[in-house]
Amino acid sequence: MRISKRVEQMAPSGIRAFFDLVLGMKDVISLGVGEPDFVTPWHIREKAISSLEKGYTSYTSNKGMPELRQEINKFLGERYGIAYDINEEILVTVGVSEGLDLAFRAILDPGDKVLVPDPNYVSYGPTVELAGGEVVQLPTNIKTGFKITPEVIEESMCEGVKAIIINYPCNPTGTSYTKKELREIARAIIKHDLILISDEVYDELTYDFEHTPFATLKGMKERTIYLNGFSKSYAMTGFRLGWAAGPADIIAGMTKIHQYTMLCAPIISQIAAIEALKTGFKDIAMMKREYLRRRNYMVGALNDIGLSCHMPQGAFYVFPSIKSTGMKSMDFAKDLLNKKKVALVPGSAFGKDLDDHIRISYASSYDNLKEAIARIDEYLKELKHGKKARR
Amino acid sequence: MDDILEILANDARVTPEEIAKMTRKKAGEIKKTIKEYEENGTIVKYKTIIDLDKVRGENSSFVRALIEVSITPQKDVGFDNVAERIYSFPEVTSCYLVSGAYDLLVTVEGKNIHTVSNFVASKLSSMEGVRRTSTHFLLKKYKEDGQILKKVSHGKRLAISI
Repeated sequence: MRISKRVEQMAPSGIRAFFDLVLGMKDVISLGVGEPDFVTPWHIREKAISSLEKGYTSYTSNKGMPELRQEINKFLGERYGIAYDINEEILVTVGVSEGLDLAFRAILDPGDKVLVPDPNYVSYGPTVELAGGEVVQLPTNIKTGFKITPEVIEESMCEGVKAIIINYPCNPTGTSYTKKELREIARAIIKHDLILISDEVYDELTYDFEHTPFATLKGMKERTIYLNGFSKSYAMTGFRLGWAAGPADIIAGMTKIHQYTMLCAPIISQIAAIEALKTGFKDIAMMKREYLRRRNYMVGALNDIGLSCHMPQGAFYVFPSIKSTGMKSMDFAKDLLNKKKVALVPGSAFGKDLDDHIRISYASSYDNLKEAIARIDEYLKELKHGKKARR
Repeated sequence: MDDILEILANDARVTPEEIAKMTRKKAGEIKKTIKEYEENGTIVKYKTIIDLDKVRGENSSFVRALIEVSITPQKDVGFDNVAERIYSFPEVTSCYLVSGAYDLLVTVEGKNIHTVSNFVASKLSSMEGVRRTSTHFLLKKYKEDGQILKKVSHGKRLAISI
């Protein structure tokens, strides 16, 4: 066999075929997009263009340009009151995706277990497995607003668990945590002496309270691999730029892999990121106000048309239940796409037990959202009448 | 600007019910606030932005000019009286008092170059208090009122992604 056993054994992505279906269709209103609908602010793009003109086309230090690490550290200090050693404790990565991969590969030995929330971002499970680790599910549900609690951690703990990954605000549920809730989770993490991989890429899109990084909590900095990036807050997904901050030994381990596999993040993206950190805060505020209104509108509208939906605290996703339709999420998504040309992502993409949910991204214009809601409403009504007629 | 104004400034068609949903307030409350804004003049009016170049077509001879106007200020009222005389003409689409080498910056629109020239010659230059005018005909509009007029295509997002 030409393909390695490890890759062969990875669960195939059930969602691929559905994506191909969407991509092959015209005039679809898509609420299935996991990236901002804003284009990168012009001053950041302009900086990237001028860096090319000036001839910045080389490699950089493996860890990332010192000025960028400096700016990241400054941002962390001013925003959250936390400081890292920019030479030992910060690594610039190619998106948070690379940071995740490096983190798991740096800390996991074959058979080590990682607590992974259910639902979770699609790459967590496969990245853990590619690094030789095993996934232990942390189940959450709509009743608790998809929150992880110390109790859930206690119930899921078993022999060999070395680390836990938490993503907040969360893709796909939009769930986030107050400082108090984080403290409670932190206690459980410390009690079991776990390493925390904290994916906080949506931190700037927190609406109802201030975002608190795990690393700022007592006893957490020394065990937290803090991951963040520029994709969501500055609408820079295509720049592929992120960073990891954490204890020197772990960052050194991650840097070792990074220097052999990636060398460094693209210099143009790094220069753009410096500009984003220096002057991008206004753009963030504008985008955040806009997302907040859309979130409120979507949660209100979805509940109105009969899809029960919790109020997410962050990111740009809502994760309503489709239980009332009695359909499986993939069937619902396909049927809605075919009949009403609205694309969204079935919950099954994000975990085993989420077949009665769908993920809707509100990173789309208000007009689009309104039209999509009207179409979903129509679809639900036809579904109801169809059922009645069959009876 | 508060939420209501920011939403309406961007799209005046959004209904009070929709604004209520976006801001998690009651529709009645939103209606009341909008009414207050209308009454106290915060909201001046609701209008539609139309690309007039499209309406007029390519062969239109429609012109627009920016005119620098120097005036002699009058006792007690300064520039205001002359400004009022000028901006009351329907040909004038905007009128600003500015600092620098001249006093008023006036925008004038007309069916063709003659209409505007006539206006400057017969109405503006000859007006009492107007010392000097300098007319710049607009050649091309790139951006107006914060709106870039060229349709910019931003590389498309995929229709779906995780």
